[in-house]
Amino acid sequence: MLEIKNLHVKLEDEDKQILKGLDLTVEAGKVHAIMGPNGSGKSTLSYVLSGRDGYEVTDGSATLAGEDLLELEPEERAALGVFLAFQYPVEIPGVGNMTFLRTAVNSQRKARGEEELSAADFLKTIRAKAKELKIDADMLKRPVNVGFSGGEKKRNEILQMAMLEPKMCILDETDSGLDVDAMKLVAEGVNALRDEGRGFLVITHYQRLLDHIKPDVVHILAGGKIVKTGGPELALEVENNGYAGILAEVS
Amino acid sequence: MALAEAKQSATEARLAAMSLPEGGCLAAARQAALSRVQTLGLPGRRDEYWKYTRPDKLTSAEVSKAAVFASDEEPMFSEFDRLKIVFVDGVYNAEASDDLSLEGVQIDRIADICCQDIHWAKDLYGVLEARGQSPVARPLAALNTAFAQDGVAIHVTGKPSKPINLVYVHSDEASDAILHHVIRVEAGAEATILENGPAASRFNKCMEIDIADTGKLHLVRAQGRDHERRAATHLFARLGSESVFKSFTLTVNGILTRNEAVVEILGGDAIAHIAGACVGDGEFHHDDTVFITHDAVNCESRQVFKKVLRNGATGVFQGKILVKEGAQKTDGYQISQSLLLDDDSQFLAKPELEIYADDVICSHGSTTGAIDEEALFYLRSRGVPAHEATDLLTLAFLAEAVEEVEDQSIADAIVARLEGWLARRR
Ligand SMILES: Nc1ncnc2c1ncn2[C@@H]1O[C@H](COP(=O)(O)OP(=O)(O)OP(=O)(O)O)[C@@H](O)[C@H]1O
Ligand SMILES: [Mg+2]
Repeated sequence: MLEIKNLHVKLEDEDKQILKGLDLTVEAGKVHAIMGPNGSGKSTLSYVLSGRDGYEVTDGSATLAGEDLLELEPEERAALGVFLAFQYPVEIPGVGNMTFLRTAVNSQRKARGEEELSAADFLKTIRAKAKELKIDADMLKRPVNVGFSGGEKKRNEILQMAMLEPKMCILDETDSGLDVDAMKLVAEGVNALRDEGRGFLVITHYQRLLDHIKPDVVHILAGGKIVKTGGPELALEVENNGYAGILAEVS
Repeated sequence: MALAEAKQSATEARLAAMSLPEGGCLAAARQAALSRVQTLGLPGRRDEYWKYTRPDKLTSAEVSKAAVFASDEEPMFSEFDRLKIVFVDGVYNAEASDDLSLEGVQIDRIADICCQDIHWAKDLYGVLEARGQSPVARPLAALNTAFAQDGVAIHVTGKPSKPINLVYVHSDEASDAILHHVIRVEAGAEATILENGPAASRFNKCMEIDIADTGKLHLVRAQGRDHERRAATHLFARLGSESVFKSFTLTVNGILTRNEAVVEILGGDAIAHIAGACVGDGEFHHDDTVFITHDAVNCESRQVFKKVLRNGATGVFQGKILVKEGAQKTDGYQISQSLLLDDDSQFLAKPELEIYADDVICSHGSTTGAIDEEALFYLRSRGVPAHEATDLLTLAFLAEAVEEVEDQSIADAIVARLEGWLARRR
């Protein structure tokens, strides 16, 4: 599904290399987790895949189902099926959550040549999905993320993901700031979307999320590269011993 | 004090081309207004109050031609049930207008009043304009009082069942229109007035509004979409206790528009909201100049102005809240913001507070900004195309001003026009 080869990324405005030859393949139907020390480049990877400005790809490639992602505008990537649950979801005063989501869903459908969702169908779907995530109707009416608590913002990300039904879901520290119950809700939301045709890349610092969203593969990202790949037991090792041992072993 | 020579000659040149219309019971008011113009002189480039806006096109003796704008849209407010009063190039047009009788309101033409010896409007015509000349001179308004060819006197005595719509039509490329309306809202009465349409090549409009205790008036106007318009409008309002005055202006396009609003709150517990949203592209200069005086206790005033500017357009805001001695518990709010869609456009703002009472809450703020890149990326990452995302954020920026329109269907109609304007620029 997602294939990243030898990806080199630097900051556009600064002479700072962040990703230094990253290789990663996420197969359809699989959940891959990425762990790694602060500042190792995890969020940068998620931004580069979703098309944010400010980064320059100096080498390597990233494709989704064979399509070159790096040449596309963010909205084109979204229509292809890329979705990023932001580490820090953005507040947009004056734009209603509902209007935003409907515009997003229908823009993607239009880009794919599909029929737009009727207002009634949209409403029915979003109400059902919001209920599962314990997002109340009032939150749907409010401006996007404005005045939402940290946890509410993260649940709102998962609601967007559920509505957009992307092929490749990238979750950047969706567990941070969540209480135990909210983490379960979010994990259930993610698990409900697990599907043979869908890949997941879950960025996290904590084993706890991975108790709920069971990964197939765990990667350690350090110094701009994947330095180690293993099964779920790798996350446990990080949880127990930190990164020191792993980093010493690979260097 | 004698006028500076340049001002004196410019004023004389303008006045030489004009003659006072027949006055009737308004004759004295017109004559007094003419004296005010002669004493004050017309605004010039050196005047502090015209620092950001060059008045030349508004004061010149000759009016330059302006193409008649052919719109592909229905005129604004067409979809509403309303009483329509049409002015073509500044002259009342009976054929295009509705019958002027409506329960709860009495409507007369200024041109008709001028032939009468007695009429209620005589106690209002020119009166609020004259009061509004201090502490800042507004000579174009005095010029209007003296020379207005037409207009209506609206006496609201009840609650008319539908809004009164003043519709301005531009048909002559060289028209130079001066309209003066007076509105009196009686105690307990309430009305909505709508205004729209490109009025003339050059348009000088003055509206005097007197609201008695507990009266309510809603004014919603739409200026545009004519590009070559030069317009100076003045709104003078006087508010009695527990009265409400809400005004919203949508301005789309126009080479030069100066909208002055002068509001005097004289009775306690009154509410005055003056708001505006404008969108300009290229050769566009829009000036909102507002002066709100609190002279009573426990009153609320809001000024909410938003401007979207692109391709070298200019926006100006001069807004003042004056709280007089004794006007305790005043709640005054003022915000003026611009969204610059490129680096060529500019916003010039002069917010002012002058407060002589100690127990008041007054706040003002002015900002200039661009589209929020973070928000733009967030929207695009969800699949919303860049131009659509920009439009969404632009409408979100304007929302606080449009929300000042109380009637939801009118607010929706305004948003639809703004969407259209943005869509034509994709
Ligand atoms: N726009 C930017 N401007 C300046 N520095 C940046 C920018 N984006 C990323 N960096 C730097 O690049 C490095 C990687 O940042 P990134 O946010 O990708 O780390 P991370 O692995 O997500 O960290 P964390 O675990 O703290 O979220 C950091 O040193 C960061 O300061
Ligand atoms: Mg990060």
